[in-house]
Amino acid sequence: MTDEMDMEEGGVIKKFMFVNRKAPYGTIYALEGLEVVLISAAFEQDVSMAFIDDGVYELAKGQDTKAIGQKNFSPTYRALEGYDIEKLYVDQKSLDERGLTEADLLVDVQVMDSAELAAMMAEQDVLISF
Amino acid sequence: MPMIEHGGKSFEVDEEGYLVNLADWDENVAAYLAQEEKVEMSQSHWEVVNFLREYYGEYQIAPAIRVLTKAVAKKLGPDKGNNKYLYELFPYGPAKQACKIAGLPKPTGCI
Repeated sequence: MTDEMDMEEGGVIKKFMFVNRKAPYGTIYALEGLEVVLISAAFEQDVSMAFIDDGVYELAKGQDTKAIGQKNFSPTYRALEGYDIEKLYVDQKSLDERGLTEADLLVDVQVMDSAELAAMMAEQDVLISF
Repeated sequence: MPMIEHGGKSFEVDEEGYLVNLADWDENVAAYLAQEEKVEMSQSHWEVVNFLREYYGEYQIAPAIRVLTKAVAKKLGPDKGNNKYLYELFPYGPAKQACKIAGLPKPTGCI
């Protein structure tokens, strides 16, 4: 556990962005990506997540995984707020292409166009893609 | 993985002693897991264990300690949502021990 391993005060805080591009099931990327984000929260860095392409499905409401025999981990995205991960950016074009709107998502997000998202990416110290 | 017989019931735990099937959990199983952790369950212990089960039910993860402390403070008040109180109840780490007794997986972010 990282309970008592508080980072030294004055440590360097970097901007980390985790980019999610895959549908939640069918590959392990979405779940693994989410776990990495939750772990990263312990290191008190400036963490954000971007959802692009099929990655927007990770945040879709009403996921039902019974038929594929996998755990529905979508409720975990709602726990991110408790981990102080509140910067969730979603690509407008990816939503549009899939007939989704902000109202179809499980959590509060910031919807952005590609140019805004690109600018946000340019600001990061570390970009990790899942 | 080891099968445990306790109170007329059998259930499976992993090599670290965490319950394998969440659905096997009941108070009898919790009593066994607590005994393995050398924790004598009081009403205060049950309160935290039940809180964790509710948290898991809602978010499908076992919270990291920092998140647990904050969530307990919000639900049960600041006199319970602090490290001192929780470590007194679960000396080897509230997230780890209480999660184990609650039948949950090891908290994400536990290294």
